[in-house]
Amino acid sequence: MLNRRTFLIAAAVWFAGTTSLTRASLVREHMPWSPFPSDEPDIVRPGPWQFFTVDEAVAMEAIADRIIPPDPETPGGKQAGCTVFLDRQLRGPYGSSAGLYRSGPFIKGSKEQGPQSPLTPAELYRKGLAGLDKYCKANNGGKGFAELAADQQDGVLKKIEAGEIAFEGIDARGFFDALLKDVPEGFFSDPIHGGNIDMVGWKMIGFPGIRYDYRDWVGRHNERYPNPPVSIMGRADWTPQKS
Amino acid sequence: MGNARTIAIALAALCASSRVCESAGPQDFSAVEHGRYLAIAADCGSCHTNPDSHQPFAGGRPIETPFGFLVAPNITPDRETGIGAWTDEEFDAAVRQGRSRDGARLYPAMPFPYFTHMSRQDVADIRAYLNTIEPVHNPVTVNRLPFPLSLRDSMIAWDALYFTPGEFRADPSKSATWNRGAYLVQGPGHCGACHTPKTLLGGDKSSTALQGYTLQGWTAPDITGGQGSLHGWSVEDIVVYLRTGHNQHAAAAGLMSEVVDLSTSRLTDEDLKAIAVYLKDVSGPAPETASAADPAVLTAGGAIFQDLCAACHQRDGTGVPYMFPDLAQAATVSAKDPTTVLRVILQGAQSVATEQEPTGPAMPAFGWQLDDAQIAALATYVRNHFGKGASPVSEGDVRKARAALAARTN
Amino acid sequence: MPHKLPAKDVVIVGLGWTGSIMAYELADAGLDVVAIERGPWRNTATDFPPGYAADELRYRIRHELFLRPEQTTFTFRNKMNQTALPIRSWGAFMPPNGVGGGGVHWNAETWRFLPSDFVVRSHLTQRYGANFLPQDMTIQDWGVTYDDLEPHYDRFEYLCGTSGQAGNVKGQIIDGGNPFEGARSRPYPNPPQQQPFGPTLFAKAARDLGYKPFPQPSGNMSRAYRNPLGVRLGPCTYCGFCEWFGCGNYSKASPQTTILPVLVRKANFSARDNSEVTRINLDASGKRATGVTFVDVDGNEWEQPADLVILSAYTIFNVQLLLLSQIGKPYDPVANTGVIGRNFTHQTISDVTSFFDPAKFVFNPFIASGAIGMCIDEFNGDNFDHGPHGFVGGGYMGQVQTNGRPIETAPVPPGTLRWGAQWKKAVKENYQSALKPGTGVHGSMYSYRDVYVDLDPTYKDRFGRPLARLTMDFHDNELKQNRFLTDKFAGIFQAMGARQVVKEYRTGPYDVTKYQTTHLCGGAIMGTDPATSALNRYQQCWDVPNLFVTGASAFPQNHGYNPTGTVAALAYWTADAIRGKYLKNPDHLIDG
Repeated sequence: MLNRRTFLIAAAVWFAGTTSLTRASLVREHMPWSPFPSDEPDIVRPGPWQFFTVDEAVAMEAIADRIIPPDPETPGGKQAGCTVFLDRQLRGPYGSSAGLYRSGPFIKGSKEQGPQSPLTPAELYRKGLAGLDKYCKANNGGKGFAELAADQQDGVLKKIEAGEIAFEGIDARGFFDALLKDVPEGFFSDPIHGGNIDMVGWKMIGFPGIRYDYRDWVGRHNERYPNPPVSIMGRADWTPQKS
Repeated sequence: MGNARTIAIALAALCASSRVCESAGPQDFSAVEHGRYLAIAADCGSCHTNPDSHQPFAGGRPIETPFGFLVAPNITPDRETGIGAWTDEEFDAAVRQGRSRDGARLYPAMPFPYFTHMSRQDVADIRAYLNTIEPVHNPVTVNRLPFPLSLRDSMIAWDALYFTPGEFRADPSKSATWNRGAYLVQGPGHCGACHTPKTLLGGDKSSTALQGYTLQGWTAPDITGGQGSLHGWSVEDIVVYLRTGHNQHAAAAGLMSEVVDLSTSRLTDEDLKAIAVYLKDVSGPAPETASAADPAVLTAGGAIFQDLCAACHQRDGTGVPYMFPDLAQAATVSAKDPTTVLRVILQGAQSVATEQEPTGPAMPAFGWQLDDAQIAALATYVRNHFGKGASPVSEGDVRKARAALAARTN
Repeated sequence: MPHKLPAKDVVIVGLGWTGSIMAYELADAGLDVVAIERGPWRNTATDFPPGYAADELRYRIRHELFLRPEQTTFTFRNKMNQTALPIRSWGAFMPPNGVGGGGVHWNAETWRFLPSDFVVRSHLTQRYGANFLPQDMTIQDWGVTYDDLEPHYDRFEYLCGTSGQAGNVKGQIIDGGNPFEGARSRPYPNPPQQQPFGPTLFAKAARDLGYKPFPQPSGNMSRAYRNPLGVRLGPCTYCGFCEWFGCGNYSKASPQTTILPVLVRKANFSARDNSEVTRINLDASGKRATGVTFVDVDGNEWEQPADLVILSAYTIFNVQLLLLSQIGKPYDPVANTGVIGRNFTHQTISDVTSFFDPAKFVFNPFIASGAIGMCIDEFNGDNFDHGPHGFVGGGYMGQVQTNGRPIETAPVPPGTLRWGAQWKKAVKENYQSALKPGTGVHGSMYSYRDVYVDLDPTYKDRFGRPLARLTMDFHDNELKQNRFLTDKFAGIFQAMGARQVVKEYRTGPYDVTKYQTTHLCGGAIMGTDPATSALNRYQQCWDVPNLFVTGASAFPQNHGYNPTGTVAALAYWTADAIRGKYLKNPDHLIDG
């Protein structure tokens, strides 16, 4: 079945991320409309790693579990799928800095002028995980990050955070800042992106997801909203239970 | 709207039953104006004008029938490729008897079984109007349907079964308004061409007139007033719907969008009222009572409805007047055939925009988001809960609907 | 060699709010109008339906509805002695792209400026003396008054179905509304939206402190509405996905939901999408615009001739296009000459995050609309005596929390570690019981000699044209103003019973990575003196009379409110002037 998207991948060079992929068109007389969504989201399905190597993924899952550790009430970053999220993001436009301004010259400016590195997130993670791996093995008798004990892992991360460790080719603290941004995004974004599996992040805080109608609840002050969260993929109750 | 036009419309109304008007010459303005109005009521343009071509009546538009596609001919006055060389008698024979110029019989995609109810004068006036249209040189190859319908003689049998020629006869026991409405619905409006159930051979099942039919991937619902879907609509509701494409209960979408846009929104208020009065009086079956639907399915459908649909249709399905249909009052929801319900959920639908109701809200598509079991549950819930217990929809129904839509061109 | 299209009466650059308003008004006047929009057409049901619009990652974090910096961006520096560098990824503001412009993804906070705002220099000079104003502050009177614009504010509010509580109708002060607002001719078309718990508590505390809180005027419908053009909107459902997102159920005022359905039906209107205007063309004299040149998706160049050009793109693009088309004298900050690029401003925003006892307070922050909130205006404009404080300007403040989307709403008390078990626990504990308005203090930014726009000497767009360069930093006046306002704001949260109140003052230098509203203003300002303004009081270009430039680029300075109401009112004011005066004597300055 043709949808609009398949027509126009080639034309999408300048329009990465815009929601209408129609050619320049002349609009008159009617509001334009055609069936099917303009650009429905890609839904991440479980499967083999698409960006990370197996070793990178193992390390990344361990990192995710330190940034958001598991506890009796809520899973940690690993089980919540933060690494799956990140794997698909880095494979996609986020990873390649698609849509960003990537012309040179690349000059490092002030903090207020924003990031100026030509490094893409994909490159940052490759080099960051490589640097982490190298550091851990050199300082822990050949053990990679995932093989360390939890408190040792925390120790390494704290050192990176404090700027006490240098990685080859990248700023280690920049890598850590990216982790602190990306891993929680994997924990709290809609499960269609691969993380927040079973909406565990949303359940933890009581965020109801994509529910669009709260009119009955605006005036109910200081009362906890009781309904379970729902994602773009729905929730279990959407499928009839077989009796 | 200028004075002359108002007078002409008034004249047209007077001439409706066609017994009052005198025979008009080709230069007679009132005949042309009457013909123009009748051509709108008969919606000639929806078949004979290719959309967005800006060439009225030049033909070439493919018309989908259950038996295959037919191409509508060019009815501009072009002598070579249009009907410019036809005599008035030949034109009349085509419209009211289904006979082509060479004597062959037309397929009833040209709704001559309905147009036969118009008078000779009516059709002469339409001809007078068409003669004023810009002639367009557009050769249209009028095609044949597949064998055995390729044999024009096959139409002899069909006509014998389903074609009763004859002008409209008023019912003296009914009001003038009712009769005007009956004339419009049975005659130029040819509402039954979409809304009346058909036999396997494509003829009307006249005993169940206007009780609904599915064509071109859309279900034209039961529009009988007595006990059918429009039971809850007032005469004014029907009038507003036909005039603007929207009323407090529902919105015209799909094939009906075009009918509203090109035809009913341009009829006089009196005529719309007449149509409404007539429809409210056509008897039809009472809606199905609550049918057996699996409670687990209903629960799932209800969950989807509250999560996804309530944002527009409201928690109780009553919608927003003139914007989002009231699911309990929208005729298509409770139609026996769930084709429209499934189509709208799967691929969305744009409601019609008219002069008086220009908003044209559209329903988004959910086919990408919900699987077959979920859509079946949702459709079952909506039809059961709001649609007066209309029949459930199965996963298999949804699978077939998806496949059918994928193959569609419209 | 561009292909030349058939001439039109009017060509409009950019089909956002002002483009749509101008297109409708001029098509209604019988002119043949074409609008050219750089981005794609956007349609509620197919582009942002409730089924997938509420995707925080896609739209808020990855900015999918916005301009791609790759398509074009700006360079930025704080001071003139720095090298400006490209904004490679958006931060401080989010330029729109596509039909509807910012109207698609705004919060719909719909304000009017104060009467004193329009005569700010005269007013402040009269009250405090000329020496009270910093020497390098370049604020100006607008050339129009609040009374000039009142009927046009009214018109926009009724177009949008603005939901609000009037505070001053024809001079009569009404309890529950904003007592400081300029007199309006009639109440809002719709009653205010319902307020959730947080703003209600804020209002109570504010009242107890002697302030007069009122509901923020909202372009999200409090009920179904039919506007004067016959277009209908549905009721807002408080989904909490307003700013950054398209509205899925026709309940946020936007060009799509208020004007476009009737505009498109006009036989004398057409629009081109995915077409970027690269130049406004002038005749040999340089005093008359002959139309525009634009480039389509395939890279083909086209020329659209027209008798009247309306430049209604986003603020910076208006300025950049004027500079690239060599219209008007570029501003030189050193010599203090020229007008295109001067008086450029943003907004002075700060926030206060407050933490309440989770056992006693449940705020449900996700129940929100874009313009939900209870506000006070005591510290806006010149509503209070600035004498003792040594600064001018101000802003409204309010508990205007528009969402509880989890990626951006994970407040934790200061001192909490940034990751790990402690962080996770703090996020969980505080999500439901913390308040984080976002743009809680919404202060003015006045204009200065060294804050301006020009063309970058190094960085180019994909056509090889120079990017616009922003030179922007905060001045002491605004930082002082903000400190004062933030302290007042925090006092209200204290009074609400918060157990911890964290002030986040706005501090310098201006940081282009931190979001501070997309209210960039100025650069092609209106005024009464061609030496210090680019446009006359009708937003007509002094140098090229058949060119009008609409949008916030006309603001001589930015005041303490969201700009859209004023942007739209000025568009109606300009449309009226074109219809009533310009067309009678085209190619001449109105009142010239």
